[in-house]
Amino acid sequence: MTVTDILLLALGAVAAGSALRVVTTTHIVRAGLWLVVALGAMAACYLVLTAELVAWVQVLIYVGAVVVLLLFATMLTRAPIGPSPELDRARFPAALIGLGSGGGLAALFIFGYRWGKAELAAPGTAGVLGKEIFSGWVLPFEVLSILLLAALVGAIVVSRGERS
Amino acid sequence: MGAAPVILDIAIRLAAVLVAFLTLPLIVGQMEHKVMAHMQGRLGPMYAGAFHGWAQLIADGVKFVQKEEIVPDAADRRVFRLAPILALLPYLLILMVIPLGPDGLVAQGLDIGLFFVLAVMGVGVVAVLMAAWSSGSKYSLLGGLRAAAQLLGYELPLVLSAASVAMAAGTLSLSGIVEAWQPWWLAWQLPALFVFFTAGLAELRRPPFDAPIADSELVFGYMTEYTGLRFAFFLLAEYVGIVVISALTTVLFLGGWKGPFLDDSLGWAWTLLKTMAVAFVIIWLRVAYPRLREDQIQRFCWLGLVPLALAQLVLTAVVKVA
Repeated sequence: MTVTDILLLALGAVAAGSALRVVTTTHIVRAGLWLVVALGAMAACYLVLTAELVAWVQVLIYVGAVVVLLLFATMLTRAPIGPSPELDRARFPAALIGLGSGGGLAALFIFGYRWGKAELAAPGTAGVLGKEIFSGWVLPFEVLSILLLAALVGAIVVSRGERS
Repeated sequence: MGAAPVILDIAIRLAAVLVAFLTLPLIVGQMEHKVMAHMQGRLGPMYAGAFHGWAQLIADGVKFVQKEEIVPDAADRRVFRLAPILALLPYLLILMVIPLGPDGLVAQGLDIGLFFVLAVMGVGVVAVLMAAWSSGSKYSLLGGLRAAAQLLGYELPLVLSAASVAMAAGTLSLSGIVEAWQPWWLAWQLPALFVFFTAGLAELRRPPFDAPIADSELVFGYMTEYTGLRFAFFLLAEYVGIVVISALTTVLFLGGWKGPFLDDSLGWAWTLLKTMAVAFVIIWLRVAYPRLREDQIQRFCWLGLVPLALAQLVLTAVVKVA
């Protein structure tokens, strides 16, 4: 086992453990804070896999913006300190879906790769990723930007409300 | 080079960052005392320790250490205790990648240093929200929500103006940007400089953007319930923040270690000198301007800085292609 393997295992354990805390804790804001830990550990995994840019994009977008917006919205509406069990719902459907999709993905990977060794791609520096995106992946990139634009326009339309 | 020198090298670099982390904010704090005292004709900060009140900062430190640490009954204790440390951590990480001089005079040069800095700076919002919510006080919560709205809004012009420089230099590496920098960029990137500096000021929640901690409305915003060392941690975070924003402005827009003479041997001195000059301006603005209202802050961001930053991006692209 190399240092990389050990680091990946440890970070994966942190990510899985804190993800579990996100769904088991009864403190609603703490759930959001555990999500920060889980996403941070994921970013660290990317870093270990030498996908530098993706790791910091993860921090910038997910930790710095998405979770913050989530916390912000929770605090604007209802965020009591202490447990709020009345917000809980029956767990087993969610557990079923979570375990099913997680297990399915794991099975897919195991059948896809077996225990063979995959070639490690070149480190994901900004230059490499930029070349990839703007050569092989231009069309998906542009389609995604149209999707985001549509979402933006939709948000504006929704927030302006009905014209009387 | 064997294994030992490498470890020694890393140790020296980390020690240097720690020293910078512990001294530069104090120097800025001392400068703030003196500059504000002179500009406002204050007598207090000129008194402690006889000559020019040199001991005022030490007295403040002793005061903070002596104070009792109080955690409010209604607070979420663990989150409350964790928040000040998390507020400090991002700035410490950022200090590691800021280049001081040429030839790799940087604790840990990163290929995507600029991106790293912007990403890590965004984590600071989480600390503010944690402090605001866990205090169990409505003033804290209101201050925290104001702060979060402000930080989220101003992150956009900050990133856009930084992107303009990265486009001009053709690299995301902070050292690379300084190397590519030429004096005429001062004119070319002037709007970006203005946007970055102003948005940085708002990220620091310093006057005139201090509505989140407005003491006449919200007691002290998200820091209301903190005392003693943990409060001092928040203050330290603010001063490290001044150092970081000043240093970044220097590196991105003012040519970093490039000076009129002796670039190679005295590069670090130029960086420090420029950083301190920018820090002086930040302090000066606190004395010169009144606090903006919450809605004025948002208006200024979305209708002033964001369009300006976008226009700068167009200008940069046009000059770069032409």
